[in-house]
Amino acid sequence: MSKDMTIHLKYWKQAGPDAQGYFEEKTLNTVNEHMSFLEMLDVLNEELQLEGKDPVEFDYDCREGICGSCNLVINGQAHGPKEKVACCQLHMRNYKDGDHITIEPPKAGAFPIIKDLVVDRSAFDRIIEAGGYVSVKTGSAQEANSIPIEKEHSDLAFDYATCIGCGACVAACPNASASLFTGAKIAHLGKLPQGELERSKRVVAMVDQMKEEGFGDCSNFAECEAVCPVGISISAIAEMRKDYVKAVFS
Amino acid sequence: MPSIKQALSSQVGRKIMTGITGIGLMFFLIGHLAGNLSIFGTADAFNIYTKTLMDLGPLLYVIEAGLAFFFLYHTVLGVSIWLGRRKARPEGYNTYKSKGGPSHQNLASRSMIISGSIIFIFLVLHIIHFKFGADYTTMIDGEQARDLRRLVLEEFQKTWVVIGYVFVLLLAVLHLAHGFWSAFTSLGMKHGETSKKIQVTAYAFSIILMLGFIFIPLYIYFTGGEGSLISY
Repeated sequence: MSKDMTIHLKYWKQAGPDAQGYFEEKTLNTVNEHMSFLEMLDVLNEELQLEGKDPVEFDYDCREGICGSCNLVINGQAHGPKEKVACCQLHMRNYKDGDHITIEPPKAGAFPIIKDLVVDRSAFDRIIEAGGYVSVKTGSAQEANSIPIEKEHSDLAFDYATCIGCGACVAACPNASASLFTGAKIAHLGKLPQGELERSKRVVAMVDQMKEEGFGDCSNFAECEAVCPVGISISAIAEMRKDYVKAVFS
Repeated sequence: MPSIKQALSSQVGRKIMTGITGIGLMFFLIGHLAGNLSIFGTADAFNIYTKTLMDLGPLLYVIEAGLAFFFLYHTVLGVSIWLGRRKARPEGYNTYKSKGGPSHQNLASRSMIISGSIIFIFLVLHIIHFKFGADYTTMIDGEQARDLRRLVLEEFQKTWVVIGYVFVLLLAVLHLAHGFWSAFTSLGMKHGETSKKIQVTAYAFSIILMLGFIFIPLYIYFTGGEGSLISY
């Protein structure tokens, strides 16, 4: 058994979208190094409930780093200090006894706070709705090799398709830009023959929707790539820009 | 497909235009430095260079208008992107820290609006200072011409002028160190090996270019305009 750690938490509380938010503080004395960050928050909520207080709301689902539901800004970094890790897969062994941890929700005008650390990320859904799909009858699954695709392209398409839509890119961007998310969705479909037909229409619609939702401009800080839990490169943004220019001159 | 107006006002279009105007201004800076260095040529070299430019007549106005357009467009886009971030994130974080690694967040990239704004103010003062400064005259090949060289040599012997110029030029190193790399990235460069080389080139370019600019006022100041590099 490893020794329990003491962790001093400071977390964002906000009753609703229009309520005034504030920080609350609490010290936990029974944090185990094997706990995930979210399990540590479960312990916090158990203690809060025993004290008769409201638990802290936070988003999660799979806790396996694949669903993209969790998106906490931990000590000023989206998903915490580790590279290519979602905060559900961040373990408390990365902290030491007596550490102070500040937890904030991802902050962006396009991600209004629902409660405490939970934000509404439906702006991402609307970007996808604008063009992040292929309009063909899919029918049943085809023989995988019936459409030949260069290995380089299928690998890149897969890399971009690994985006889990957590919104860490927006959370960490100094401009709150959604360019990495949008770029990844565009590049993923653009690399495949099935996505080719609607390529121009897609990029224009999705880029317009990104602005419509109130996300900021990209300033090439590349902070999005640094915080992305699946390590999507800002090359996705380059793909989006190339597709956009092609669409203008097509 | 999008109209040119729609494309230029899209977030992609704005970034691409920031890059294109930025690259245009970098080419201008290279030409500007090459011209400035003629101050170390023969006694008449600098004034011949300025006279050649003045003799372009209406063409010079066209070039100046083009430059002003590039500069203003670049500035308007930069300021507008910066203002947009407040709208996109009305409430900031209590704690914010870059994650490092592939991130390009550094002093240069985070201070683009500050370095850019100061360069903008400097540019206005710089034009007033020299273009509309004292109108000394000299004779070149029997023709009357403006003696801008005399004004430059006089002005760069004033301490506050030299401090101001060196300060702004050092800020320009920062602005270009991020701007050079960012322009290529905006124009479709992937974030791979080439990108790393371009970043190194960006540092080298901005430092070498600005050292060239800084050398002139410092040399004139410390030699009292009578150093061996200046012919009379």
